[in-house]
Amino acid sequence: MDIKDIIRPENRVYKKSDLLYDTTFNFCPGCGHGTIVRLIAEVVQEMGIEHEVIGISPIGCSVLLYDFFRFDVINASHGRAAAAATALKRVMPDRYIFSYQGDGDIAAIGTSETIHTCNRGENITIFFINNAIYGMTGGQMAPTTLTGMKTSTTPGGRLTQESGFPLHFTEMLASLDGTYYATRQAVHTPAAVRKAKKAIRLSLENQKLERGTSVVEFVSNCNSGWRMEPVASNQWMEEHMFPVFPLGDIKCEGKLIQRS
Amino acid sequence: MKGNEALAEAAIRTGVDAFFGYPITPQSEVLEYLLQEDAQKRTGMVVLQTESETASINMVYGAACAGRRAMTSSSSPGISLMSEGISYLAGAELPGVIVNVARGGPGLGTIQPAQSDYFQATKAPGHGDFRQLVLAPASVQEMADFIPLAFDLAFKYRNPVMILSDGVIGQMMEKVYLPEPRPRMTEFPEWATIGKKPGKERKRITSLNLIPLEHEKHNQKLQAKYRQMEAEEIRYEEYLCQDAEYIMVAYGASARIASRAVEMARAKGIRVGLFRPVTLFPFPAPQIEALSLRVKGFLSIEMSAGQMIEDIRLAVGKNQRVEHFGRYGGLVHVPEEILEAFERFYMEPHGH
Repeated sequence: MDIKDIIRPENRVYKKSDLLYDTTFNFCPGCGHGTIVRLIAEVVQEMGIEHEVIGISPIGCSVLLYDFFRFDVINASHGRAAAAATALKRVMPDRYIFSYQGDGDIAAIGTSETIHTCNRGENITIFFINNAIYGMTGGQMAPTTLTGMKTSTTPGGRLTQESGFPLHFTEMLASLDGTYYATRQAVHTPAAVRKAKKAIRLSLENQKLERGTSVVEFVSNCNSGWRMEPVASNQWMEEHMFPVFPLGDIKCEGKLIQRS
Repeated sequence: MKGNEALAEAAIRTGVDAFFGYPITPQSEVLEYLLQEDAQKRTGMVVLQTESETASINMVYGAACAGRRAMTSSSSPGISLMSEGISYLAGAELPGVIVNVARGGPGLGTIQPAQSDYFQATKAPGHGDFRQLVLAPASVQEMADFIPLAFDLAFKYRNPVMILSDGVIGQMMEKVYLPEPRPRMTEFPEWATIGKKPGKERKRITSLNLIPLEHEKHNQKLQAKYRQMEAEEIRYEEYLCQDAEYIMVAYGASARIASRAVEMARAKGIRVGLFRPVTLFPFPAPQIEALSLRVKGFLSIEMSAGQMIEDIRLAVGKNQRVEHFGRYGGLVHVPEEILEAFERFYMEPHGH
């Protein structure tokens, strides 16, 4: 049997989204960013909203998002994606607006803009990728860096008395009345990917309800920044990140989920 | 009407799409007026009180990405917070209007009027090699007139435009002819990110370029725009300059006060004229240089320790003496002290 006999439409089980350019992601091999970007493209395509969506890239590893998606994307200054999203949505209420931000961008420098955007209940979607580190600048401590975790700026491990505690930013956002939906997902296993994809879709569909802001956090790995092999980084993430940042819904339909 | 209110009303009438602002004295009336007049109801204009000036300017950026006419207004400390965002607007080639109703600094300074933000507005509104157009209103009328002008220029050049006013012009009341209402835009520039059109490529807006050779080209393109501004956009006003032997140079509130000093000098038989730059960038350097060939001296009058004087000196070169007078730190000079300073510099035998 020749390979050509196998590559036929009826045998196809997976296809890259048409909304992704045929280009190489700038993410490190093994990093979760690539999967999340792909899922967003797939959801936008499945919803058929590529003509109505405007994405916002942050400053950080995902700054070049606009080179991956085959729909309109702007880049906002560091931490200010929520402000730019607010304006885009206010002048174009019929459009789907999402920001895609890392932990440093959203939970350190962008804290104010993000909190107030959620507090106003802007009908936008915020994708928050939490890998507990500043990836692009070479692995410095992030607001979400775990206690004791070694980074280039916490060489002896994060000391809470020096640098405070890992910030539970999505819980903070969920506590705001303007936040309609908040969930924490991951993309390290096929099951997690399927769940995450559903959350992405729901967070975008919510915009049409005009009930408030949707926040989807992804706990993700940074194998380069964590100085680990990709597989080991995912295992480390399960063992160390998930206990601090447990996966699951935090707020649904405007109601906080009681968690044991 | 108050200057701040005239500016706000002009924004509604000229079809501005969005205003984002944070309260700060002495310009809070702009935001108040837009909300009390229910601009949103009148024209559909988005008016939002923001959590900070940083948010304001980044909202201007967001709305500008959608090809909308977006603006913010603030006063000196708030403008400092906007520096990064103004630089992003310039880098991403986005139109936007920033109003600075300036007050005295540095730091929290004072809530009284000042012109001490000239350097910031004209030389370094943010990081990087860029310029913004700067319009300096000297009347309530110009507060209103400069809104449509600022947006026309911002869209012509895809560049931030600043209206550099001061606490005097913002707070004072004068009669004003308001601009004829013009509708909000219904079509948006081809570069706007408003959703990918079927069959067309997607749009992206960014100020980032990691390839140095490409980024140098981008910078060269920006510089070419600034040279075009210098060639096409210089605006100024002359008062009694025709036969003048001496020229006072002043903008904004200082020009109003200096015009009285000029009249007082004329009454004494001293031939003084007033040159008022209306655009501070581009600065009317060629016009001042031309004057320098036939007058005996210049006096720069600013509510600052002397900032515009540097541009006058650059224009004049070694042709003529250029002196500075101005009260600052929140004080406003009176015509008498301007005339006194002028006479001290130029009328006394060894005046200095």
